[in-house]
Amino acid sequence: MALTLALRDVTVRRRKKRILGPISLDLASMGTTIVLGPNGAGKTTLLKVMHGVERLSDGKVTWSIPEDAARQQQAYVFQNPIMLRRTVFQNLAFPLELIRTPKAQIADRVAHWAARIKLDDALDQSALRLSGGEKQKLALARALIKEPAVLFLDEPCANLDGRATREIEALLQDTHKQGTRIIMTTHDLGQARRLATDVLFLLNGTLHDGGQAQGFFENPQTPEARAFLKGDIVE
Amino acid sequence: MTDIWAGLQAAFWLIVTLDADLAEITLRSLHVSLSALVIASVFALPFGTWLAVQRFRYRRGVISIMNALMGLPPVVVGLIVYLLLSRSGPFGVFGLLFTPTAMIIAQVIIIAPLIASITHQAMRELWAEYHDLLISMNTTKRQRIATLIWDGRRTLLTAALAGFGRAIGEVGAIMIVGGNIDHATRVLTTAIALETGKGDFALALGLGFVLIALALLVNFATHTLSRTEREGRW
Repeated sequence: MALTLALRDVTVRRRKKRILGPISLDLASMGTTIVLGPNGAGKTTLLKVMHGVERLSDGKVTWSIPEDAARQQQAYVFQNPIMLRRTVFQNLAFPLELIRTPKAQIADRVAHWAARIKLDDALDQSALRLSGGEKQKLALARALIKEPAVLFLDEPCANLDGRATREIEALLQDTHKQGTRIIMTTHDLGQARRLATDVLFLLNGTLHDGGQAQGFFENPQTPEARAFLKGDIVE
Repeated sequence: MTDIWAGLQAAFWLIVTLDADLAEITLRSLHVSLSALVIASVFALPFGTWLAVQRFRYRRGVISIMNALMGLPPVVVGLIVYLLLSRSGPFGVFGLLFTPTAMIIAQVIIIAPLIASITHQAMRELWAEYHDLLISMNTTKRQRIATLIWDGRRTLLTAALAGFGRAIGEVGAIMIVGGNIDHATRVLTTAIALETGKGDFALALGLGFVLIALALLVNFATHTLSRTEREGRW
């Protein structure tokens, strides 16, 4: 069954301050959605709301399948990759161990993903000793090793150089081709243009603009979105 | 200074002559303290980790009590265990008073809060590091606790060794519940207290040096086996 997502009047407040919403939107089961917006617009909060790890003050998030099953089919990659204090192999194996995958299968899949991210020579090395780009690739592979239906990424290429960014984008494009639904925040407009099939533009916690990627980038509907795409400061 | 030198000589001769009494009380010391350590760790390590992960209404109160219990006076613990295990006490029927089991029970009560408290402190930091990842991976509470214990095992080893250090050096409680009976409940610390009382300072110091060597040996062996300081590790 295709995994679709619906948000209805979703609002998040912290200490009586509105951080996000109210937002209502529907996400189809395919494609790469890029969430754009200036700092503090609520991009990360929206991603966490969709993933089900942010407490809602109001509204509802509904997946097309039961919530528990939907959570099992999702993975999340953080802006600052969180590495377990284990080896590269053990980090990759971790999500599979949680769902009690047989050891032989774990070894095969870890070998496959380690080769894809070019860390097959570092399997016995501590993950904490990898470079920033390698850590982010490892975090991405650890998210993908479970073959999730939906992948959330929170600025995965922030602080990375061009080469590491290119490698991660290549992985994401492959992932997209294989049918994984990608929802990602970024500050990099070039990256957004390269990856997006559709865009959500947030401003001050609300959904301000968006739509199909080509339409949004060529003809944004709001002056704020136009200014943002021009590189102006938008508040 | 003469006493210390005599103590060192006494310790040397006790060890090189493989003194039978020394071997017996050393092994009993190890048996009592290591048993107490294992039993206390089985409860205290998961409990300290659970406290780091779990949010509940009286959490702060529980943490405060646990920290306060670290300073439990061993003599008071000994007295309470004595009353519980004495013939007229609620557990008198088991006949445990003046046995190594009673000494183990007293030591478990003394070291469990210490191990749990150090564990909680260490796991709280690790949980702050892992929180978002483990939540996003939809892990169960059991999986979170297991992950923290495994990844924080070297810190937990320090907690356990702190507990062992307190147990092996403890004298007040085990003197009360064990009775320092020769060939039955005499351990290194109670033997030192006895020899000091008798005025045999050389032997008391000799036993003291053996006790220190034992504590160092256990710490060294544990660190070597767990490879805590090996180059290239975390």
